[in-house]
Amino acid sequence: MSDTTLKRVDLIFGEYSNEKYKVLAETIKRPNEEIINDLLESGLRGRGGAGFPTAMKWKYTAQAPGDEKFVVCNADEGEPGTFKDREILSRVPRKVFSGMAICGKVIGAKKGYVYLRGEYRFLVPELMQELEIFHQHVKKLGYDFTIELRLGSGAYICGEESALFESMEGGRGEPRNKPPYPTTAGFKKKPTVINNVETFVNVVMIMRLGPIQFKLLGTKDSRGSKVFSVSGDTPIPGIYELELGMFLDRFVEEFGDGDTKAVQVGGASGFCVPRKKFSETIIGFEGVPTGGSMMLFNSSRSMYNVLHNYLDFFEEESCGQCTPCRVGCQQLRKGIVAVKKGEKSAHYLDQLMKLSESMKITAKCGLGQSVANSFSSIVNNFKEEMIY
Amino acid sequence: MDEIKELIMTLADKYGRSRESLLPILQGVVAKEQYISDVAMTEIAKELDLSAAQVYGTATFYSFLDTEPRGEYVIRVCKTITCDMHGKKQIIQTLEDMLKIKVGETTPNKKFSLLETNCLGWCHEGPAMLINEKPFSGLTSEKVIEIISQYMNK
Repeated sequence: MSDTTLKRVDLIFGEYSNEKYKVLAETIKRPNEEIINDLLESGLRGRGGAGFPTAMKWKYTAQAPGDEKFVVCNADEGEPGTFKDREILSRVPRKVFSGMAICGKVIGAKKGYVYLRGEYRFLVPELMQELEIFHQHVKKLGYDFTIELRLGSGAYICGEESALFESMEGGRGEPRNKPPYPTTAGFKKKPTVINNVETFVNVVMIMRLGPIQFKLLGTKDSRGSKVFSVSGDTPIPGIYELELGMFLDRFVEEFGDGDTKAVQVGGASGFCVPRKKFSETIIGFEGVPTGGSMMLFNSSRSMYNVLHNYLDFFEEESCGQCTPCRVGCQQLRKGIVAVKKGEKSAHYLDQLMKLSESMKITAKCGLGQSVANSFSSIVNNFKEEMIY
Repeated sequence: MDEIKELIMTLADKYGRSRESLLPILQGVVAKEQYISDVAMTEIAKELDLSAAQVYGTATFYSFLDTEPRGEYVIRVCKTITCDMHGKKQIIQTLEDMLKIKVGETTPNKKFSLLETNCLGWCHEGPAMLINEKPFSGLTSEKVIEIISQYMNK
C-alpha cells in the first residue's frame, strides 16, 4: 500500500522501549493534577464508542468521596465487526496494564480489573503470565496496585458498563439506572473508572509523547488516532491504526473492493452510510462515531439480510429487563419479515420506524436505544431492498 | 453427586464464597462438566449461602453457561453478519453432515455439541468457530473436516 491516501499511524502497537514499564515508572512520579491536565489538553475521548472525555471521567472519580475505588478495563468487546481489543491485549498488554496503573494512582485505587469477554478465554494463559511480570514491576517501583482478570460468559450486554459491574458482582448482566454514574457508584457501588482497552493505551501514549504531539493527529473534536477493525467486502480486512476525522470516501477508496455500496460504521449499533453520502461523512465524534467497527458491503449484498442479521443479534442479546427493548427488537424483526413477504404494506415500515424512535427514547440502556441507529439508517437508505 | 459437591467445594476454596465468586464458580463447573445441572446449582447456592433462584438467575443469563447437558467438545459457529456473508451456512452444513446432528444437538456418544453463537470477534477472518475455548478462523469445508477429524481421534 504505497499509494496510501490515509495517514497510517503506529503508536498503539509500536514498540518504544526495551525497558519494561518505563512510562509507568516515570508517570507515577508526577503529580496527579499534571497527569489530568495532560489528558485534558490532549482532548482524549473514550475509545469504546461513546467518546466521553477521559480526563473528566478520571477527575470526577478522583474527587468522589470514598476510601475504596476501582479501575476497570472493559475488554468485553462484543460489537459485531470489532476485534481490535483482542489484538491490543495480545500484542501490547503492558501498555494496557500501565494505563490502568496510572489511572489507579490518579484516582486513588489499589485494585484494577480486566473484564475479558468469554469468547477470548484462550488469551487467559498469556495474560496471566504478563500480569505476573506486571506485578513484579509495580512491586519494584514500590507502588501498591494489583490487577485481576475476570471473564464474561457470552453476553454482549455486559459491555455496557453498569451491566459489566453487575456481572462482576455475580449477577445477571442487567444494566442499572443512571445516574448514579460509575464515577460515584460503579463496581460494588464504589467510585470506579471504567475505560475501553484502547483508551488505557492512549493514556500511556499521551504520557510518553505529551499532549501536544497527540493533538497533532485528528481533528478538533476527534483527537488522536484510532484502531479500526475492517471487515466485510474488502480485499484487505484487518486491523489498522488511522488518524481520526477522515472522510468516508477516502476510507472506501483504500479499503473497498471497487463496488462498495454501503459501510456500516460502529457495528450493529452504529450507522449505515450509503454510497451517495460517503463524500460528506466524517469518521469521528463530529460525524459518525465508531468504536472501531467498519463493515463494508458491496452491491451483491442484500441490505435486508444485513438488517435482519442485526435484529436477530439484538433480539438475542437484549437482556429482557425493559419492555421497549425486549419487545421492540422482536417486533422490528417480525415487521421487516412481514413487509418482505408482502403480508404488510410498505407503509408499515413507517410504523416500525416510529417504534425504533420510541425505543431510542424509552429503552433503559444503550443497547435498546441504539437499535434505531442501524434500523433507520438501513431502512431509509435502502427502502426498495426492504420491500422487494 | 459427591463428585459435583467436591468440585464446587474446590472452586469455592479457590474463588471465595461471596456473591462476587458466583460467575467464576459457574464458569469452573462448565469447564469441567460442560453444563450446570440443577444439582450443581443447588449445591452452589448452599456453598455461597445464596438462594437457588439467585444462582439460577445468573446461570441462565449467559449464553456460554449451558444449563443442559453438552458434549465434551462444544462447537460454536459464529452467525453474525461477516461470517454469514463469507459462508457460515456451508460451514454449518459440513459440520452437520460430519457429526450427523443438527444445530442445537449433541452426538449420541456425547463427544460433540453443535451450536451457533453471536459475533466471536474474528470478522476479518470469517467464517469462525470456537471449539470449547479454542478459536478457528478462515474456515472452509476442507479445513473443518480436517479440524473435526483431529478432534474425533482425541
